[in-house]
Amino acid sequence: MLGPVSLTGPVLVASGTFGAGREASRFVDLRRLGGVIVKSMTLVPWRGKPTPRMCETPSGMLNAIGIQNKGVDHFITEDLPWLTRQGATVIASIAGNTVEEFVKVADKLRTGGRGVAAVEVNISCPNLEDRSDMFAHSARGTAAVVAGVKESLPRVPVFAKLSPNVTSLAEIAGAALDAGADGLSLINTVFGMAIDVEAMRPKLAGVVGGLSGPAIRPIAVRAVHEVHRAFPGAPIIGQGGIAGPRDALELVLAGAAAVAVGTANFVVPRLPVRVNEGIAEYMAARGVERVADLVGAVRLDEVAAASLEAGTP
Amino acid sequence: MSTGEVLTHRKYGEHYHSLTIVAPDIGQAVAPGQFVNISCAPSSAHILRRPFSVYRVHKRGGWASTIEIVFDVRGPGTAYLSTLRTHASVDLMGPLGRGFTLPARRAHALLVGGGIGAAPLFFLADELRNEGHRVDCILGARSGRYLLNAIDVRRLASVYRITTEDGSTGDKGRVTDVLIEVMERCGTEIVYTCGPHPMLAAVARICAERNVALQVAVEELMACGFGVCMTCVMPVRRAGPRGREDEIVYARSCTEGPVFDGASVVWSGEAEPLESEDAELSPAGIPVRAAALPASVGEVAPPGN
Repeated sequence: MLGPVSLTGPVLVASGTFGAGREASRFVDLRRLGGVIVKSMTLVPWRGKPTPRMCETPSGMLNAIGIQNKGVDHFITEDLPWLTRQGATVIASIAGNTVEEFVKVADKLRTGGRGVAAVEVNISCPNLEDRSDMFAHSARGTAAVVAGVKESLPRVPVFAKLSPNVTSLAEIAGAALDAGADGLSLINTVFGMAIDVEAMRPKLAGVVGGLSGPAIRPIAVRAVHEVHRAFPGAPIIGQGGIAGPRDALELVLAGAAAVAVGTANFVVPRLPVRVNEGIAEYMAARGVERVADLVGAVRLDEVAAASLEAGTP
Repeated sequence: MSTGEVLTHRKYGEHYHSLTIVAPDIGQAVAPGQFVNISCAPSSAHILRRPFSVYRVHKRGGWASTIEIVFDVRGPGTAYLSTLRTHASVDLMGPLGRGFTLPARRAHALLVGGGIGAAPLFFLADELRNEGHRVDCILGARSGRYLLNAIDVRRLASVYRITTEDGSTGDKGRVTDVLIEVMERCGTEIVYTCGPHPMLAAVARICAERNVALQVAVEELMACGFGVCMTCVMPVRRAGPRGREDEIVYARSCTEGPVFDGASVVWSGEAEPLESEDAELSPAGIPVRAAALPASVGEVAPPGN
């Protein structure tokens, strides 16, 4: 269980790394995934950014794609029925540039999204009504989107996907929960930039991109741990750099009730299944019966806890 | 995904490496223009697979069920592959992408390849000849050292021309300098091309002017190779819905390509090749900065998603 959401397993696939499952289903049985968090959908189709959209970086990659997607209507008429037929657990990721756009997407899901297990709100989008700073970068912007979506979808579990690119993650997590979020997804990509020194140009057409992959895993583990300590009752989907079972276990021990594999799906689409098996083996070896018994189970002795309280790494 | 085994590692000239890999699933299924995505990561530092278009396949005989790829060492992934020897195991995904469409009736086909980009055209030439089509070829490169297997071109093509920018082999100049002449001489009905983006754009312009069918294998940086990451897009023109005007969309070169109808691609006047090691994340290592399309109304997208 992930708060109010009943999952078939603790390992999901992260939004934007799995499309809506169709392409990857050639390599992996979707029923063996805890759930599919589909690529973010917007009110109307978005074309996305020009290329180059990505480059490889040490133990990771940088991308600036621009949420290229066919829109919520396409999800409702094409992707959702297909996913349902495959027996997949579907989490719909939604995005927009204004609170109204988020709410309109949510409204469409209320009427046409039958079978959606939960909604993930991708608030790492520029807020056009607030000088284009991202919703996820302020408690106010985060709360406004979450409250609007929750009002539209009172009976659907809503997860807020938070950005790590903030000063106080716990403050924003608190704002999301106060606004009605049923849980949190941690973390979205980390802002980065790479420069081609020969051409003396940014490597990405979008200049700045989101860093993902094993390079960001320690950031994700820290973020999950920080938020879980602040809000122990809030279910967290831990994501960021999972490349194997032990990586997923780190996030669980830090406080994630479920995890999502992201960038590694590009390399090994079947990896989430292997991660799930690895978690089960770890639990069996230790006589742990439920994943819930591992959530936030990282041991901190008094010295470690005191050092955390003092806030100095 | 499959595990292949290196049968041979050879060099073509001083620049190009060739790996022949025993991979029965892929060898039996692959079509010209399709590619394989190979894990080049002995450590976690470089996580992404590297895509390679298939240069040759052997479906029958002593080397049955093998595929051959060619590459030059550009970055850490290809450097790793260049160390593989016979019996090394290789983790591959494939065959991936949409390959070349062969003519429905017997036709005069002209293959135009630039540098390492010519790789998929050798496999295509074999298939075209097997199906009874006439094959002519223009092969070009910066200089003779960068020509991919010019010797084999003589065997495969009825008429062949070689161009190098420095004149070290064949005619001095570019493939497009001799394209019209060869097309006229050979009665070309369809052109197949793969190579650097400016070359593809120039070939497309000439084919459009003369109303000759064109299939292009394009290059873009890709992270996944099977249609989910949305990084390898090309701007292409599509028929609008229900008789409306044509629309331009970003199409994934890994699943909707890498082969496109040359007339549908929106070529950028400012395209410039990426010469850095980053380029090894495309099937022949020669992608470009593509034309930017106007964003949809009101759309301001985040940096990473």
